[in-house]
Amino acid sequence: MKSIRFPRSPKVILGLCIVGFFLLLTIFGPYLAPFSPDNTSFAANLTPSAHHWFGTTSLGQDILSQTLVGARATIVVALIAGLVATMLSMVIGIAAGYIGGYTDDGLSMLSNVFLAIPGLPLLIVIDSYLPVNSRSNTLIIGLVISLTGWAWGARVIRAQTMSLRNRDFVEASRIIGEKRHRVMFFEVAPNLLPILASSLLFTVLYSIGAYVTLAYIGLTSSEVWNWGTMLFWAQTNNAPLSGEWYWFVPPGVCIALVGTGLALLNFGIDEFINPRLRAAGLSAKQRRQLGLPRRQRLGLTPVVRSVSKGVSTPRVTTTSVPT
Amino acid sequence: MRIIARRLVLYALTAWVAISVNFLLPHLMPGDPIQTLIGKIQGQVTPQEIRAIRLSFGGGLDKSLLSQYFTYLAQLFHGNLGVSITLSSPVTTVLKTAVPWTIGLIGISTILSFLIGTVSGALLGWTRGSRLDSLIPTATFFQAIPYFFLATVMLLIFGSDLHLFPVLRAYSENLQPGWTWPFAASAFRYAELPVISIVLSSVAGWMLGMRNMMITVVAEDFVLMAVAMGLPKRKVVMAAARNAVLPSIANLSLAIGLVVSGALLVELVFSYPGVGDLLLNAVQNEDYPLIQGIFLVITLAVLAANLLADLVYLALDPRTRTESAA
Repeated sequence: MKSIRFPRSPKVILGLCIVGFFLLLTIFGPYLAPFSPDNTSFAANLTPSAHHWFGTTSLGQDILSQTLVGARATIVVALIAGLVATMLSMVIGIAAGYIGGYTDDGLSMLSNVFLAIPGLPLLIVIDSYLPVNSRSNTLIIGLVISLTGWAWGARVIRAQTMSLRNRDFVEASRIIGEKRHRVMFFEVAPNLLPILASSLLFTVLYSIGAYVTLAYIGLTSSEVWNWGTMLFWAQTNNAPLSGEWYWFVPPGVCIALVGTGLALLNFGIDEFINPRLRAAGLSAKQRRQLGLPRRQRLGLTPVVRSVSKGVSTPRVTTTSVPT
Repeated sequence: MRIIARRLVLYALTAWVAISVNFLLPHLMPGDPIQTLIGKIQGQVTPQEIRAIRLSFGGGLDKSLLSQYFTYLAQLFHGNLGVSITLSSPVTTVLKTAVPWTIGLIGISTILSFLIGTVSGALLGWTRGSRLDSLIPTATFFQAIPYFFLATVMLLIFGSDLHLFPVLRAYSENLQPGWTWPFAASAFRYAELPVISIVLSSVAGWMLGMRNMMITVVAEDFVLMAVAMGLPKRKVVMAAARNAVLPSIANLSLAIGLVVSGALLVELVFSYPGVGDLLLNAVQNEDYPLIQGIFLVITLAVLAANLLADLVYLALDPRTRTESAA
């Protein structure tokens, strides 16, 4: 009997579509842009029209082109920061949880310190001291952001590692004399996959926010277009008070959509880890199809089990198990 | 009490790390920013002010890094955070006028958002699977919007188009700041829109966290027991919610940092005269003493708030108390 590998709730599918769309935009956005984002030859403050879908800025730049070009820098920085931060939190979290003792004390203290320092002010201080040419470097900005974003993941991973370290399969590989780092990264780490994935989504989400915020207060180079610089110029030119909504709404909505997509994907991972949430995540219609009671009954946790994966509609049986 | 002692040690250590990072950054960055800074302001400020700035960075560059570090600590201890270059007055004086606005704004909105989010999250968790669940994607969307973007939209719609709220200051221009009724009323009116936008941005996080916790707690035996005993529904929900809220409160201390970061930018959108607005000006003018002063003050304030949240948690969760008594 196959179990459901990933919940097919509409939330997760929607999340996948949104994230996929923006990943495509990261790759192809700059080629799709109808004009150069720096081109100032158009009339200023045009409202959206067939020629300029999102209108123009007060400098006469095409906002659609800026949004399309800006997707790449924004998402690339967020991905770099997210990946580096997740790697950091994996290494630190597993080491702290598996080795224990003084190593654990030291590493836990380190992550708690980084959790307690508010991230954004620290980022601003570091970034304001960076030489101007490093501010346009996506790699450097990504690394600086990852420095402030790893601690939460490390804490979660440490807790899960501690619950894994005394399981039989880990014990077994220890007894047959596997090296410590091998046990850590080949026995323990694969079992942390859902948590690692969720922590990656969260750090990418955090990094988008952090990068856009830095750009918004003018701390990234103005040579690189990203959604934050667009908001920076809109704010600097008083767009919100002069009613030029089309200037700051496109980048803002893009940021929010990427964030929503990532969060929806994370719901999927949550429901994958926690079966109670899985049943709660079903819509009323699915619930009826699966033969679950419309109102959940106390004391029973409906468990969703698939019999065979159909092409369009998976056949699912349900059993209620006492909790 | 051991738990409190442990937290105190952690926060003291964190404060020390923040203070040291604050010292080391300008010394380690390429291009010698301190010298550049002093070169830039030569002639604009008095020699005494230059001396104060130098001292706040640890004194002359001819001394060793360690002795500069101790000078810096001593200066910090005496409340010398240097002199703001753009405002040419001591950083501490500048901060004194800005900090109360920020604490008021962020404090009120954090409490409001926590209360609203927790109550609605408990209800969502209790009625899981009902129509109310359709709120979740909306809440997720709001959670993903950057604070400052939501604030910008609110400013456009309610402040600039509909003129429902006064914007772009903290109180009416015609009033003198002071403990008078008209001033308090005016300050309240001007804070409404910033508070609403911070609450809207942060409430979804509390709501979703509480909902997920509630769903897990509702499946516990004691809830079944409470229902079987025939307790009124209100009491059952309360019993479940009281247990589900603990992780939220434990997370409060972590969330404060994020909320503060977001709220600083909201101030900026509304030109609210708090620390966030100050920070923007400092960043744009490369006013390093002011940036560093703001970083320190924010960090210390967040640490104090964390400690407060920990104490609340300790008071609410009896398990931590028995553990500390043992």
